[in-house]
Amino acid sequence: MSNPGKAFKRNIRENPYLLAGMIITALILLMILVGIFWTPYDPTQMNSAEKLQGISLRHIMGTDNMGRDVFSRVMYGSRITLLIAIGTVAIGTIVGTAIGAVTGYFGGMMDEILMRIIDALFAFPSILLALVIVSVFGTGWIQLLVALGIAFVPSYARIVRGEFLRCRNMDYVENARLQGVSDLRMIFVHILPNIKGVLASSILIGFNNAVLAEAGLSYLGVGSQPPYASLGKMLSDAQQYMFTTPSYVLCPGIVIVLMVLGFAFLGEGISRWK
Amino acid sequence: MRYIFKKLGMMIITLLVVSICVFLAFSIIPGDPAMRMLGTEASPELVEQTRQEMGLNDPVLVRYFKWFLGFIRGDFGISYNYKVPVGGMVLSKVPITLTMAVMAFILTVLISIPLGITTAKHENSLLDRCLTVINQVIMAIPPFFSGILITFIFGMIFRFFTPGGFVSYTTDLGKFIRYLFFPSLAIALPKISMTVRMLRGSLIDESQKDYTRTAYSRGNNTDGVLYRHVLKNAMIPVITFLGMALADMVAGSIVIEQVFGIPGISRILLTSISNRDYPVVEAIIMGIAVIVILVNFLVDVIYRIIDPRIGLEDE
Amino acid sequence: MMKRGFRRRWKAGLLAIVLTTLTIALSGCSSDKAGEESSKITIGIPQDIDSLDPHYATGAGTKEVLFNVFEGLVKPDENGNLNPAVASEYTVSDDKKVYTFTLRDGIKFHDGSAVTVEDIKYSLDRNRGADGSEPLISAYSQIESVNIVDDTHVDVVLYEADSDFLPQLTVAIIPASNKTPETTPIGTGPYKYVSSSPQENFIVTRFDDYWGEKAFLKDVVFKVEANSDAVVMDLIGGSIDMYPRVTSTQVSQLTDDFTVYEGTMNLVQAMYINNAEKPFDDVRVRQALCYAISPQEIMDYVSDGAGSEIGSAMFPSFSKYFLPELNDTYNTDLDKAKELLSEAGLPDGFEFTIKVPSNYAQHVDTAQVLSEQLKKIGVTANIQEIEWNTWLSDVYTDRNYQATVVGVDASTLSASSLLARYVSDAGRNFVNFNSAAYDTAYANAQQTADDTSKTEYYKECERILSEEAASVYIQDLPEFTALNRKYTGYVFYPLYVQDVSKIKLAE
Repeated sequence: MSNPGKAFKRNIRENPYLLAGMIITALILLMILVGIFWTPYDPTQMNSAEKLQGISLRHIMGTDNMGRDVFSRVMYGSRITLLIAIGTVAIGTIVGTAIGAVTGYFGGMMDEILMRIIDALFAFPSILLALVIVSVFGTGWIQLLVALGIAFVPSYARIVRGEFLRCRNMDYVENARLQGVSDLRMIFVHILPNIKGVLASSILIGFNNAVLAEAGLSYLGVGSQPPYASLGKMLSDAQQYMFTTPSYVLCPGIVIVLMVLGFAFLGEGISRWK
Repeated sequence: MRYIFKKLGMMIITLLVVSICVFLAFSIIPGDPAMRMLGTEASPELVEQTRQEMGLNDPVLVRYFKWFLGFIRGDFGISYNYKVPVGGMVLSKVPITLTMAVMAFILTVLISIPLGITTAKHENSLLDRCLTVINQVIMAIPPFFSGILITFIFGMIFRFFTPGGFVSYTTDLGKFIRYLFFPSLAIALPKISMTVRMLRGSLIDESQKDYTRTAYSRGNNTDGVLYRHVLKNAMIPVITFLGMALADMVAGSIVIEQVFGIPGISRILLTSISNRDYPVVEAIIMGIAVIVILVNFLVDVIYRIIDPRIGLEDE
Repeated sequence: MMKRGFRRRWKAGLLAIVLTTLTIALSGCSSDKAGEESSKITIGIPQDIDSLDPHYATGAGTKEVLFNVFEGLVKPDENGNLNPAVASEYTVSDDKKVYTFTLRDGIKFHDGSAVTVEDIKYSLDRNRGADGSEPLISAYSQIESVNIVDDTHVDVVLYEADSDFLPQLTVAIIPASNKTPETTPIGTGPYKYVSSSPQENFIVTRFDDYWGEKAFLKDVVFKVEANSDAVVMDLIGGSIDMYPRVTSTQVSQLTDDFTVYEGTMNLVQAMYINNAEKPFDDVRVRQALCYAISPQEIMDYVSDGAGSEIGSAMFPSFSKYFLPELNDTYNTDLDKAKELLSEAGLPDGFEFTIKVPSNYAQHVDTAQVLSEQLKKIGVTANIQEIEWNTWLSDVYTDRNYQATVVGVDASTLSASSLLARYVSDAGRNFVNFNSAAYDTAYANAQQTADDTSKTEYYKECERILSEEAASVYIQDLPEFTALNRKYTGYVFYPLYVQDVSKIKLAE
């Protein structure tokens, strides 16, 4: 308790992962924030005279096959990718935690039924789930977000259920129960805060998985709509230009990697926080 | 014994739920298999007649029970698209995807466990630091992108394999396995990183526990302690993860089969979904579900053998 | 110490396993070079074969492959002529109702049996649903009967006179004795079926008893290339020798080892508009869209300027019917477009959605360029990518769409295969085009036996489509075929066909 500021500084110095994670994430977020208000070019503006150009001062990430500025598109695409990832993790965490808490805490018949559905979802390829949702509600990043969110529910439900099973019979819960604490209060006030560590790390991992899953689904053709593309969609569109315009492939690819890496380092850093 | 029966019962219920989900999913998706078969030139009358012949005009429940009755007798129906029995067609593709998944799994185990132990033993050494960063980077690359990079580097520049030069196992087993090496590597890479990371963390955790300290104090040398006590305990979460990873490799091969042009189960699944070839999709998804559930079951059993504290009657 | 020894051995063993795996994986990888100069070719195809039964094969990607295995009474050639095939000659009665075919002497099926007139009757009856089922080809409902005259002659009798029925008689002649045509395809073509594997390949070999000019190459493997992005790598890497329909971008990445043949896809690519939907029910709105877009600009973006502009539902290789002057009905004129929109009561433009099948990159790209072009007249076009099967049911069957970008091909060498769909009550009229003048002109064309006036009526139809702006006609897409320089002799057809029998080894 001597000097929190100093302790923080020391911690950062001893914890390069946290520092690196913070810097990378801040850069990506900055790019996205700026992109909301300003991009060097209109991300959908085509220019037939400047198709598939490499990196230059005019276009710092080159141009795509329609002569659109890749950097502007990356700024826009990162925003979509980030939204998809946040939405996916939000759906997965909220629904998963609710199911996991209820089944883990109460057990019994409801546990059996819900867990069988969760098992089934687990065994159900997420690509098919995404296709169903996309076919019914149309293609688009919101649909993709919902599909991925649902696909993420089972793993969160399992983690939370396991934690609740573990905590259910612990002394502090027993004590609270003897004092007549209601079930709802027990779940939210007593047990949930105790598993926040586990939850936090799975949220960070889930965030990264969401970015990667989005890229995979875009590659398989279930992604955001043109002319606005997410990073994954850009990457899969760009791969055929690998030989002629490597910058078009590598730039969105590197941004995806950096985005995931930033969060991964943050997670690593937090886990090493002393 | 009771435990096993109970688990079996649960597996069957899960499979039922999966099969119903697939059926419902396909009754919601737009797209008519009859139309798809006959193409744009077909007259509406012909489409209607074909729908009738295929039994597509029956209510969903009737179709489900027809399928279910066939399924329990081992008859998976006829593929709408290829007009051949689904069972044989899917079975002929199983060795491809399975070989790839198993090779990827072996690669994962062979590479990640020694690396995990080494990095844990030399915590914070230069090697450890480098590997941690490399691991993070590998995990941050989308799987299809690493597939493309591998094709580009090993296929186009070093010419270790011919891109797209898949050879079926019926033609030449050696060439078949050789071609599947790099796709397996692409599947294994992120799993290797995750396992190394997990094993390292788990080992370090365990080595700081009281029992390890006690063992040291009794004069056991480092390696002895590491192998006898720490590794055994540290393996528990790793085995869970590896089990999930093995199940995931079958489902996760979808993207890799696409990148490397491998005509395996996943590609058949993908094209059958877009062709609305329900019998094939239904059969493959049931197969994947069986594998996923079985692997989870095995993991559970191994878990209990390693750590007897978890009773067999529990849960 | 014992433990330490164990560990070493364990490590060494592990290393050995890893090294062995690597050696197995890497050894001989470079030995796959072209050593064997046997006449073999591997051709990449974008789609899987959907049916081995030629009468049930519907995918254009399947038909173009089966062309090498099956033949009809007549067979198209690269110039768009129909030549006798299974039949050696044919006559048409003066009233244009009876087509009489003479069976080619000595022609054999791939299984060695002789083709008989019964086989011809069986094949045609199967397609017209003579047993009371629906005809597989809707045009075959016009056939009244197929009659065996004698051992070498067959009459095809029509209900009504039709001088343009011959293109329909390219359907495959298959043996009546083959009870499993869906798994054991037997035809009369220059290549015979060997084996096939879903999503993998379709293998044929030369048929040495072929009646006509025999094929040059002995073994042909059609390899399914599900991933179109891998085509360049597969060509350069050598796992395929030929790929029809590479894109202009892919062409620019190919090495000198390849000859690139340029032709056209023989498609009518257009932004098809649902004429029954508001505001597209107003002809001025449709015309405004036509004035707003520039086909040349689209070609510049999508295929580096290659492609041929079209102004109606006809592509240039049907030279007999194609009217180049229709390309100029609407030259890009943004002021005119805005003026028409104002007249139609939409001075501020409007918003609509283009549904595009996601598996066709060139159509998706075209839609993106269109969307940019339409912005200039204040019209917002949103793009929605949909799966091909969803397209078939939503757009094509249910007509639940505002606009879509696709290419429509001709199933036979006949103008009617492109124009029939615009008749008001046609089942395939997915654009809901409705014009009494068009219906009359088309009916006239169908009823006329005289070829010159028939052609004139078809041209009339095309003019109406252009004036009424039934859709925004764009181009016939360019087609590039890449062929390894080891081979030569690729020819384009005015139909969706890959004729392998003409390809030979280069000297």
